[in-house]
Amino acid sequence: MTQAGSPKSQAAAGEGWEPKVVAFLCNWCSYTGADLAGISRLKYPANLRIIRVMCSGRVSPAFVLKAFHEGADGVLVGGCHPGDCHYLEGNYKTLKRKLVFERLLEQFGIEPGRFRLEWISGGEGDKFARVAEELVKTVRELGPLGSTAERLGRADGLALRAEGGGGNA
Amino acid sequence: MPGPKIGVYVCHCGSNIAGKVDMDALREFAAELPDVVVSRDYKYMCSDPGQDLIKADIKEKGLERVVVASCSPRMHEPTFKRACQDAGLNPYLMEMANIREQCSWVTEDGEAATQKAKALVHSAVNKARHLEPLEDKTVPVDPKTLIVGGGIAGIEAALKIAEAGKEVYLVEREPSIGGNMAKLDKTFPTLDCAACILTPKMVSVAQHPNITLLTYSEVEKVEGYIGNFEVTIRKRARSIDEKLCNGCGTCQEKCPIKVPNEFEEGLGMRKAIYTPFPQAVPNKPVIDRENCTYYKTGKCKICERVCPPKAIRFDQEDEIITEKFGAIIVATGYQLFDPSVGPQWGYGRYDNVIHGLQFERLSNASGPTGGKILLKDGSEPEAVAILHCVGSRDTNYAEYCSRICCMTSVKFAHLVREKTNAKVYDLYMDMRTFGKQYEEFYNRVVAERDIYFIRGKGAEVMQDPETGKLLVRVEDTLLGVFREIPVDMVILNAAICPRPDAQEVAQKFGIQRSADGFFLEYHLKLEPMKTANDGVFIAGTCQSPKDIPDTVGQGAGAAAEALKVVFAGQVTVTPTTAEVRDTLCSGCRICIPLCPYNAITFDEAKGVAQVNEALCKGCGTCAASCPSGALRAKHFDNRQLYAQIEGVCAE
Amino acid sequence: MPEAKKKLKLALYWAASCGGCDIAVLDIDEKILTVAELADIVLWPVALDFKYKDVEALADQSVDVCLFNGAVRNSEQRELAELLRQKSKVMVAFGACACFGGIPALANQFDRESIFRRVYDTTPSTDNPGRVRPQTKLSVPQGDLHLPEFYNAVYKLDDVVEVDYYIPGCPPPPELVWEAITAIVEGKLPPKGSTLAGERSLCHTCKRKKEDKKVTAFHRVHEFVPDPEKCLLEQGIICSGPVTREGCGERCLNANMPCRGCFGPTPEALEHGASMLSAAATLVEGKEEAELAEVLDGIVDPLGTFYRFTLADSLLRIRNKSLGLEEKAEEGEEAAS
Ligand SMILES: Cc1cc2nc3c(=O)[nH]c(=O)nc-3n(C[C@H](O)[C@H](O)[C@H](O)COP(=O)(O)OP(=O)(O)OC[C@H]3O[C@@H](n4cnc5c(N)ncnc54)[C@H](O)[C@@H]3O)c2cc1C
Ligand code: SF4
Ligand code: SF4
Ligand code: FES
Repeated sequence: MTQAGSPKSQAAAGEGWEPKVVAFLCNWCSYTGADLAGISRLKYPANLRIIRVMCSGRVSPAFVLKAFHEGADGVLVGGCHPGDCHYLEGNYKTLKRKLVFERLLEQFGIEPGRFRLEWISGGEGDKFARVAEELVKTVRELGPLGSTAERLGRADGLALRAEGGGGNA
Repeated sequence: MPGPKIGVYVCHCGSNIAGKVDMDALREFAAELPDVVVSRDYKYMCSDPGQDLIKADIKEKGLERVVVASCSPRMHEPTFKRACQDAGLNPYLMEMANIREQCSWVTEDGEAATQKAKALVHSAVNKARHLEPLEDKTVPVDPKTLIVGGGIAGIEAALKIAEAGKEVYLVEREPSIGGNMAKLDKTFPTLDCAACILTPKMVSVAQHPNITLLTYSEVEKVEGYIGNFEVTIRKRARSIDEKLCNGCGTCQEKCPIKVPNEFEEGLGMRKAIYTPFPQAVPNKPVIDRENCTYYKTGKCKICERVCPPKAIRFDQEDEIITEKFGAIIVATGYQLFDPSVGPQWGYGRYDNVIHGLQFERLSNASGPTGGKILLKDGSEPEAVAILHCVGSRDTNYAEYCSRICCMTSVKFAHLVREKTNAKVYDLYMDMRTFGKQYEEFYNRVVAERDIYFIRGKGAEVMQDPETGKLLVRVEDTLLGVFREIPVDMVILNAAICPRPDAQEVAQKFGIQRSADGFFLEYHLKLEPMKTANDGVFIAGTCQSPKDIPDTVGQGAGAAAEALKVVFAGQVTVTPTTAEVRDTLCSGCRICIPLCPYNAITFDEAKGVAQVNEALCKGCGTCAASCPSGALRAKHFDNRQLYAQIEGVCAE
Repeated sequence: MPEAKKKLKLALYWAASCGGCDIAVLDIDEKILTVAELADIVLWPVALDFKYKDVEALADQSVDVCLFNGAVRNSEQRELAELLRQKSKVMVAFGACACFGGIPALANQFDRESIFRRVYDTTPSTDNPGRVRPQTKLSVPQGDLHLPEFYNAVYKLDDVVEVDYYIPGCPPPPELVWEAITAIVEGKLPPKGSTLAGERSLCHTCKRKKEDKKVTAFHRVHEFVPDPEKCLLEQGIICSGPVTREGCGERCLNANMPCRGCFGPTPEALEHGASMLSAAATLVEGKEEAELAEVLDGIVDPLGTFYRFTLADSLLRIRNKSLGLEEKAEEGEEAAS
């Protein structure tokens, strides 16, 4: 059977490949922290793109899968530190989901480094920039993941008709 | 079916964005996105002409959605929402792309920044397409304000609000209000005595009909939201009947138990029944039940016997008070850095190494030495060293500048000279005398005799084994020599630090802390009193180290913020709540225990869950757990977020 | 000829499936006779002998309804799906495998090479010293022999052809089959693309008593006999009822077994597996990470549990290959040789 090549060689092959990282940040802490990174003029790779939600508890695990499905190579979920959630307990729900979801991702063959849940307070602009930097670096090393369509194309060369993914959001 | 007409507005923010992101490329990119009928760029979108562009397009081109690519929505979302509303477009049909804080300011490379900006705009346009109009709702506001902490910040805020005719509850943990300022002797730069300027304010607080003063009390629980906080306060038992007590002090004279007085910073003693200091407000004692013989052994009751109005109440219990408040001001102040954590300073090891507040107590006429600056053995010092930046501007401890220590050092130098004949060595890293009349005060003290300012950090305090004198090691960076200066007393100007329970307090009031541990303001420059929790404001040194003038300023500012809330009489609550779609809900009841505000209940008749919109705060946690997708988080629903994900991933 | 007398032309086909869906058609019992009255069965490999050329010979659009069960695992199944699509007016994905991949799609956790290695090399009962593997082409003196290509992934029917209706279930319950057939015959079908089952989740029809849920430990079905009156989730058993379409007749629940999700996600569920995972995880109370992890580790095999029938309908579909599965497979071969 054809050799798909190691992740690194794929990365090298996909010339000019730049990883895509999607970050879901809660409005009150981690989004504020990301703003602070900007206000402090800290620099981090442009590969990370932020989507604002009100609370990390809003982040359905399906959003993370959707991001990978669309071609994200890494996903960050940012919330307030335990006890600091603006809505008291949203981040604990996020944590609970993560504890099972991480194992699901592993079964899907998504390397652990591609998904991160981080508690970042509104005062931790530096932490946000550091996490962004680290995550992009890790994902760069892991190489491209490819959208689901690309991966299926690679698998069997079938052009898919239907999107998949259950409901019709 | 064509989608809604979308207008995209790209802001240069002067050169803040335009200096990094290619404005033309971004504008043209946006113009090509589906449903976008107009795409413009402008120097300052938030300016009047900028907003007018949007308004004109809404009216003339019939825009149905607006996307502004500019700074953080935390900055200007209200501005652009208002612009839309003014032009007749529902404000919830506006979406922002944060291409400044989260793009131009954090990206090195211009091309990468432009690419990222495109992704963010694509995401915003995608979300905008699926937005729906929502109507703000208003709820009435309770007219009372709660102030937590009775230092000068809390006092100032309480008086301002009370004088404006609104009701205030002031909750102070200690038996008296006054806070740290009450401990001070003279205050820089004018050298008026702290008590002289503070006591009248404390008295006004106690007397003002609009102020309910709860000392020896603490807030236990805060529920609700802006305009409608429900607060539980524990008023600890003072063990006296406050109405009967006339503050004569007989009990304190006769009480046989002596313990160190916290107010005197360990330098003086108090009784088991005590008022912390003579000018205390209220001037009514408390019984410290941990040290009182009666509570320990069941016997004594001397105070009860001697109290002329028979005000002692041994069986008094804590009182739990629940009240509603429209606004809350947290003014819980600071604590001094504990110099004993750094052995180099010799604090706790050598008798005559003291910290700033201890010096204030020594110098204070009502303090343990009656205002005389004396060594532990009762003698007068011949030489005194003052160290700046103890625990501050030091990456081993706190990185920040504690702001007041330079001025307190200069003040101490002056007071030592005024009250003793001692030589003074002031060891400073930089002399920061930033305030009004501060530099003048410094110049005055510099000119005083026998005060030696040495530029260098006091590195170590030792004891000369022969003379018993303290030796302070310092590198005199102006002369480039190391020196060991023999002195009798060392004053450590320890940093102003967050209180040890700051985290607990922050959680209770739903506020955050910055990296340095102080409470986090909403915006460092423009919203220093607001917090992320609407309706909860901060004032004074709990936000950052400050001198009294700045503390007072912020206290008054926080009062204005609170008054803004209570005078408005009503607040707008977000319509971005969750909703259950009846036809999809199967009644599985998974969502019900998830809501921290108990906003979700089960409608037995219909067999479906329902959200009480007045209680829902719109976190969306329930929507992420409703397996069937029946629960929808408005303004952040699945369709909108999926569209955003598609947008950011497309570029 | 008047419309009413015209007999319906029906085709039934099976692809990657266990055959249960074909049996389900027979399970409508005596009604099968009515079906025989109403319809001519033009293709039904499980019951009657047909050759490819018989299907090819049918005129385009000459079949009124094709009930296609099974997923698409190889190129032959895909070709037949395409052929039948061409010949049929209405294409129905019949059963969980055709709708969402079903049980066969759980193989999407492995690529072809891993599956072959397991099946042709490493199972204890395999004796294959020549390391023979299926080939798509074999040349023998008599000519070339062709075998279908075994795909790397299992696909649902609508991945390869347009599907008009979905009848979920493993297998679809007889009542639903009958309802669907009646609707077809009477021309009372809903808009194309519809699933012929309920809109809400199974909890809607589940008769067990439901309370506000809190879970302190998860259990697997073999560990204890749950209270048949109470919601299974509340007893710590992962039941996919809350995320799964209603309409199955609660066969599993009645047998005191949890719903495994063979009816697929409700129309507004984001994702069958991840949505149920999200709900299940948040049922646990507590705040301490270590304690939570201990309880949540009780959900073993999240993928198999939450995507039992719908992996081929999930957002990610197959295990990511960049993990280097193929490389590992090759390494294994080298080591073996
Ligand atoms: C050595 C020294 C000398 C100084 N000299 C000067 C000077 O000369 N001039 C000058 O301008 N500034 C001076 N300052 C600064 C001055 O002390 C502060 O600016 C001022 O006291 C700050 O007031 P505050 O109200 O913010 O805090 P605080 O004075 O700390 O008051 C906070 C109050 O809140 C109460 N509290 C805390 N937590 C709770 C709770 N959870 N519930 C209820 N109540 C609570 C505390 O008991 C306290 O009463 C000096 C500071 C130091 C350390
Ligand atoms: S969105 Fe949050 S606050 Fe509103 S009902 Fe759901 S869980 Fe409660
Ligand atoms: S989780 Fe969803 S389906 Fe279940 S009761 Fe709540 S809203 Fe209804
Ligand atoms: S608001 Fe930040 S995690 Fe809930």
